[in-house]
Amino acid sequence: MIALLIRDLKLALRAGGGFGLGLAFFLIVTVLVPFAVGPETGLLARIAPGILWLGALLACLLSLDRIFALDWEDGTLDLMATAPLPMEAIVTLKALAHWLTTGLPLVLAAPLFGLLMSLPGEGYLWLVLSLAIGTPALSVLGTFGAALTVGLKRGGLLLSLLVLPLYVPTLIFGAEVARRGAQGLAVEAPLLLLAGITCGSIALLPFASAAVLRVNLR
Amino acid sequence: MASIWEYANPRKFIRTTDVVLPWVTAAAVLCLVVGLVWGFFFTPEDYRQGSTVKIIYLHVPSALMAINGWLMMLAASLIWIVRRHHVSALAARAAAPVGATMTVIALITGAIWGQPMWGTWWAWDPRLTSFLILFLFYLGYMALWAAIENDDTAADLTSVLCLVGSVFALLSRYAVNFWNQGLHQGATLSMDKKENIADIFWYPLLVCMAGFILLFLALVLLRTRTEIRARRMRALLARERLG
Repeated sequence: MIALLIRDLKLALRAGGGFGLGLAFFLIVTVLVPFAVGPETGLLARIAPGILWLGALLACLLSLDRIFALDWEDGTLDLMATAPLPMEAIVTLKALAHWLTTGLPLVLAAPLFGLLMSLPGEGYLWLVLSLAIGTPALSVLGTFGAALTVGLKRGGLLLSLLVLPLYVPTLIFGAEVARRGAQGLAVEAPLLLLAGITCGSIALLPFASAAVLRVNLR
Repeated sequence: MASIWEYANPRKFIRTTDVVLPWVTAAAVLCLVVGLVWGFFFTPEDYRQGSTVKIIYLHVPSALMAINGWLMMLAASLIWIVRRHHVSALAARAAAPVGATMTVIALITGAIWGQPMWGTWWAWDPRLTSFLILFLFYLGYMALWAAIENDDTAADLTSVLCLVGSVFALLSRYAVNFWNQGLHQGATLSMDKKENIADIFWYPLLVCMAGFILLFLALVLLRTRTEIRARRMRALLARERLG
């Protein structure tokens, strides 16, 4: 299991893995927003939590089709399926590797982008916390979407159509935590709900992902 | 004792629906004509809402079927996963566009009513938003069916998507409640409330809801028959090419 995780991480980090792509995309979205809505600090500060969450979500989406596509093309996935490791463990590891290479860098870089968006001072902690809690759910959900579309040509667009509606609850609660945190309001309720969604997704979705992956490998 | 699973046999299904479908269609047309004419022309206007209240005869039944259409797909998907009856998978596939259309009708009639009443076509109200999200789920479901060539694979994948989607559609429904307070009034009809809609509006609405349920049923049966025949046609063509 560890070997598989390390292999995935190595593949992602080395050249051609597209490791920095998500981060660069996040940066570009953050840079483009002020051009679109104007540089007024008050407005930016008000929309910053939502924009940062949206940017993180889209950056996450961008790298989803890489989760299984390469392994599918060269047949590695078939080998993994016949290995003694259960399929559920494989998809969980894939999701974990995706989170470590996409979600975690986004979480760590978020304060910097918050600075660009003139996020109020008390918002940073909650922004980082909400992203840290919420992005694993995005990765797990995305793994499910990637497993659904793995065998398809031109699956990328379909993937976003399938995955984005599933992201709605996470986005609502995550952005709510960040927004309330930035305004200095109580954040317990959305934070707990966000954590609940993440825990539920991590617990249940690998079974669904493994089921559809088995169907796709049939 | 005949079991319901007999209808999982496509031939039996076609034979039965040959008999049932005309009756269901006739009943749907009858109920819709009676309900809509009654509702539109023979009920008084509401003292506050004027004649706009009459759009309720389209709005509420279509919203009802938008949600129940998804539930029907969920049930059919479960039957497919558990018992692998092809008719069930095809019925789920057949229901999706009908349900999506119902969702659009509910959204559009709601917008037409909302414009004079709330002064806006659209508001980010929990109910409106969750219907829009439901529509997106329908779209994704249909797109996945369309994208996969192998029928059995498609049936498997879409049924899992339907299960996961149901959970997340429900989550979204309550998440949007949290996110924004509503403009939409509460449920017009419920069993446990004392004060419901007045009887004079209620009876034609009941007829309309029956009409929409029958209409949905008729369309799904028709489309399922079409799907069965299309698949049989493909199988015959494939056999011909081999032989």
